[in-house]
Amino acid sequence: MSADFLYGIEVVINGLMAGVLYALVALGFVLIYKASGIFNFAQGVMALFAALTLVGIMDGQIPFAHLINSIFGTEFHHFGWEVPALLAIALTVVVMVIFAWLVQRYVFRHLVGQEPIILFMATIGLAYFLEGVGDLMWGSEIKTIALGLPQGNARWFEDITSTLGDDSFFGFFVRKLDIVAALVAIVLVTALICFAQYTKQGRAMRAVADDHQAALSVGISLNFIWVLVWSLAGIVALVAGIMWGAKSGVQFSLSLIALKALPVLMLGGFTSIPGAIIGGLIIGVGEQLFEYTIGGPFLGGATENWFAYMLALLFLVFRPQGLFGEKIIERV
Amino acid sequence: MFYREAGDFKTSYKADNQTFPIAFDRYRYWAILAFAYLVIPFLINDYWANAILVPFLIYAIAAIGLNILTGYCGQVSLGTGGFMAVGAYSCYKLMTSFPDVSILIHVILAGGITAIVGAAFGLPSLRIKGFYLAVATLAAQFFLVWLFNKVSWFYNYSASGQISAPERLVFGAAVTGPNTEPWVQYMVCLVFVTICAIIARNLTRGTLGRSWMAIRDMDIAAEIIGVNPLKAKLTAFAVSSFFIGISGALFFSVYLGAVEVGDAFGIQKSFLVLFMIILGGLGSIFGSFAGAAFLVLLPVLLKVVGVDLLGWPTDLVSHLRLVIIGALIMFFLIKEPHGLAQLWRLAKEKLRLWPFPY
Repeated sequence: MSADFLYGIEVVINGLMAGVLYALVALGFVLIYKASGIFNFAQGVMALFAALTLVGIMDGQIPFAHLINSIFGTEFHHFGWEVPALLAIALTVVVMVIFAWLVQRYVFRHLVGQEPIILFMATIGLAYFLEGVGDLMWGSEIKTIALGLPQGNARWFEDITSTLGDDSFFGFFVRKLDIVAALVAIVLVTALICFAQYTKQGRAMRAVADDHQAALSVGISLNFIWVLVWSLAGIVALVAGIMWGAKSGVQFSLSLIALKALPVLMLGGFTSIPGAIIGGLIIGVGEQLFEYTIGGPFLGGATENWFAYMLALLFLVFRPQGLFGEKIIERV
Repeated sequence: MFYREAGDFKTSYKADNQTFPIAFDRYRYWAILAFAYLVIPFLINDYWANAILVPFLIYAIAAIGLNILTGYCGQVSLGTGGFMAVGAYSCYKLMTSFPDVSILIHVILAGGITAIVGAAFGLPSLRIKGFYLAVATLAAQFFLVWLFNKVSWFYNYSASGQISAPERLVFGAAVTGPNTEPWVQYMVCLVFVTICAIIARNLTRGTLGRSWMAIRDMDIAAEIIGVNPLKAKLTAFAVSSFFIGISGALFFSVYLGAVEVGDAFGIQKSFLVLFMIILGGLGSIFGSFAGAAFLVLLPVLLKVVGVDLLGWPTDLVSHLRLVIIGALIMFFLIKEPHGLAQLWRLAKEKLRLWPFPY
């Protein structure tokens, strides 16, 4: 096989891996949108916040140390202990559940019945708020996640695939972390689908997603389901935060992956979990291929900033509900 | 008491439909205008111009523009930063290509170019709406910023990738460039703000504004009563982009003098202007001013209180600012969706009856 073709395949594989990570973020959006009709712009910041909290707990940082030191003139930063990874993850999940409850109790309960666009703007406010709180709590410097996730490229994959081309071809370069991320994503999606299909709470969640009024009238507590859904979204955000954080460090730019997930959702449809996955893969591959074939050689590079949006936009003009979304029929 | 209506008779429809029907309001409006035009230019110094007044006036134009699109026509746009960049870069290209033409004309032309670009990006609004459209405008934001970064024709092949405004004179006074006096900057912006506000106010209460509001309130019903949705939405995009383009051109040429597209016109700018109209009041010209004033003053105020008085580190204060803005956005959306403008309206209602409660 020719070298160009093989490089093309490598680009596709890397695009698929990037797409998995986009899909992880997009999953959190879909969960919340399905159950409450809220388009949660804060999902990316939730991923950042979860990752910050995880690192902070593991290092034994004192929350709001910076603020407290500035107000009272004290000098303390760490409790002096280190929390093992699994316990820290469990504690972070607790924090995300508390966050879900607070958000539900103090913000979105008061906005029930508002127009979707008002809810959307409220989540932009929430994103700002959470970003500020995260920085105040844990400091804004770049942190690394020390969970022992494998780094570097997957040698065995390289060895297997190097036989495909001639002597100058050394096999496909794939990061170990991306493979782990793909596996985690598969497990997470399977778990979510099982939860939605086979548990009582999952069934209640689907009922709420279908029709709020009908769910209320058969005795499902909307408040509880919403807290549950926001908690689940928080957990998905934690997973996404760990994966992205391990790849590029826990820092502000992590919150911008939400912007990457938006076109994924538009492609896949806002209400479909498979849509989020397939949309993520399409965007991941499309963006890398475009950069490789047209963007890099002819347009001067960095096209991945906007290509996904343009693709989604073109797509929307022909199919406004996305690939797997529900078609909304409006009547007066 | 303050708003005395007794004896304020209207004898024509024209008088009845004026912007400020109550005499006291009208006099107050003229008094503020007189103060802004006749007193402030003599008092203004560098700090007041650069930190508060000039950015306030420029953001007020941008907020009026976005308010027309979002507040009056109901189409949420997150592409404000990109459209401001179009205004700035087209103004720059015009300034350097036609140096003999007055800068004021260039600013208006830049607005016109932005209107065309905005209408082009508004085309999908006929098929998609709500936050689908908001995401579609993000496409404009990212694409335009990338375009101005990559295509060196836009920044005249300069090595740094920046654009910087050459000196231009209006009536013999430098308006752009390093030798600009603060009062000149202020006066140029003030003139544009006044004209823009008057145009916007009159557009929104005419036929066009009514068709926008009909689309906003219920698009299908509006279509049935004979509003052409394509025309209404595209005019809203064009008019809104025209104002945003003017503000972008002023932002670059008069206020900053030199900008780099990623810093000055990134996605953060889009959010800032959106926050201005949410806090100020959706669908209100006064709200655009109130929101712009609030969000320009808030960082200054926090800096004075936090850094200068309490001695806190700067990064801490900037994080606090994020928290405060985010909390305020949520608070206003829950408690007062019509923003500061509504609070002002309520205050006026109370003052009309004061000191009697009913």
